[in-house]
Amino acid sequence: MSALSRRSPAGLAGVVILVLLAAVAALSYLGWLPYDPIAQHPPSRFLAPSGAHLFGTDQFGRDVFSRVAAGVGNSALIAVVAVAFATVVGTLGGLVAGFYRGFADGAVGGVTNVLFAFPPLLLALSLASVLDRDWFTIAVAIAVVYVPIFVRVTRGPVLSLREIEYVKAAVATGQSRWQIMLRHVLPNLTPIVIIQVALSLSWAVLTEASLSFLGLGTPPPAPSLGSMIFEARSLVFVAPWTLVAPGAVVVLLVVGLNLLGDGLRDTLDPRSRVRR
Amino acid sequence: MIVRNPVVRRIVRSVVVRRVAGTLGTLFGVAVLVFVMLRAIPGDQITAGLGTEAAALTPAQRQALELYYGLDQPLVAQFFSWLGNLFTGNLGYSARSQQSVLELTLHALPVTFELAVFSIVLALLIGVPLGMLAASRTSATGNAAGQVVSLAGLSIPAFLLATTLLSVFAASFGFNPNGQGFATLVEDPLLNLQQMFLPALVLGFGIAAPILRTTRTAVLEVRSDDFVRTARAKGVPERRLQVRHVLRNALVPIVTMTGLQFGYLLGGAVVVEQIFSVPGIGRQVLLGIQQKEYAVVQSTVLVIALAFVLVNLLTDVLYRVIDPRVRAS
Repeated sequence: MSALSRRSPAGLAGVVILVLLAAVAALSYLGWLPYDPIAQHPPSRFLAPSGAHLFGTDQFGRDVFSRVAAGVGNSALIAVVAVAFATVVGTLGGLVAGFYRGFADGAVGGVTNVLFAFPPLLLALSLASVLDRDWFTIAVAIAVVYVPIFVRVTRGPVLSLREIEYVKAAVATGQSRWQIMLRHVLPNLTPIVIIQVALSLSWAVLTEASLSFLGLGTPPPAPSLGSMIFEARSLVFVAPWTLVAPGAVVVLLVVGLNLLGDGLRDTLDPRSRVRR
Repeated sequence: MIVRNPVVRRIVRSVVVRRVAGTLGTLFGVAVLVFVMLRAIPGDQITAGLGTEAAALTPAQRQALELYYGLDQPLVAQFFSWLGNLFTGNLGYSARSQQSVLELTLHALPVTFELAVFSIVLALLIGVPLGMLAASRTSATGNAAGQVVSLAGLSIPAFLLATTLLSVFAASFGFNPNGQGFATLVEDPLLNLQQMFLPALVLGFGIAAPILRTTRTAVLEVRSDDFVRTARAKGVPERRLQVRHVLRNALVPIVTMTGLQFGYLLGGAVVVEQIFSVPGIGRQVLLGIQQKEYAVVQSTVLVIALAFVLVNLLTDVLYRVIDPRVRAS
């Protein structure tokens, strides 16, 4: 963290934004939101932002701030679960493909190529349309899209790591392949994987928001940033805050993740450090 | 592989043949995945087509329908009959629009293709100059502008930008060419270009960011090469140096990145075509999903994947043409 603040002020700004949004999301998980994000209250429709309703209210009289906070919580949960899944599966795939080579490499490579043949959003969309729609299956649909990316970024380094002396030494001392992979190869992949996690999180948030905008994400009435923006389309001129609040928050979330990702790359990736 | 005949050996080992074979293998995998994915949906074409009415079918009616749709066949047979039909141009039939999926696709594909080309042109117009500016050591504003645009491009979701632009242009300038029926480039070129402008701008802005970043990195890298110093020393004017020497050599990563962004374009097209009512291939998939017309979804997704794979193959060939070093290796 201190290295991050020294090398990349932008990365630090990203951390600040994310901490802020995490605090807002935490409100929803702790049940400390000012209003129920789902309960409708028709008398207070389309109230402009004020002290009582920080971001105003929507067409059903629901508090936009509470909905945005719950939406951030939802988006973050889905993105984190999706990327965690993709990281574990993809990194394992890259490890096995790069370390065993031969048949394993061919098999993993084949699956990766097939998944890469789909435009990312289209794959997530098709999967989401097939699966039951709840937050976990949405996360799985998004995860499948990002698995091949993790395979690709880890496989190359594994190929070169397995030729390094200390790995050969470990082979010579008779450690099992899995021991070598997990103890000597995997730790060296950490920086690459961390950078990829940060960048993938930002894409996962965008994908989730796009899916729910198209009506294939988190089903209503559960608040989701994407579906809030969809509903606000026709209300822009009556109640602009219904579009501005979720829009600004989704952009802020992705900006924070992108800044963090770039900052981590500048800090952790030796190649990008030279060229400055 | 051990092949004795030297001519055959050269053909088998040639990069192009291996790439094409690999691509065919990938496409087969794509077909399997698409097929399996849509079979995983609870219910079948009959329940999807008839909805709750399917429950009222007599066993005999149901059997007749199963026979009609080929659902009585084993899955593997269904798969190969679908695949075989694809090769004869039979992509299925859309009951809602009373048209074959091939017809639908032939109308939609050129629209999306035009949108993609338009977006790429806009993205290059935004990304490359800004990327070169961002790489310049003298201009701090240029650098900052590059950073801001690339961060914005990466962070603003296409659907948000599209929604905002559509409302703002319609309300403030009365500009809403997408409000009326869609005109193709042949029918009404002027209206068509107006209708394509905002969607292409949204998609182009999204892919301008990676192009900008790639341009910046590539230009920075090329500029520190010896031949640039030599060119400068022998008195090549700065403008000519930047374009002929630096940009030309930075072109390979830029072309590769642009090709890679094609996937984003095809995915983003689903969102943007929906918002701006552009009848392209992305909208066809989404409509298929919404109306539960799986024959449409299945074939259209396959067509899109095919287009994507072909573009990747083309990008590969293209940078072999641009860069003699890749050609030699």
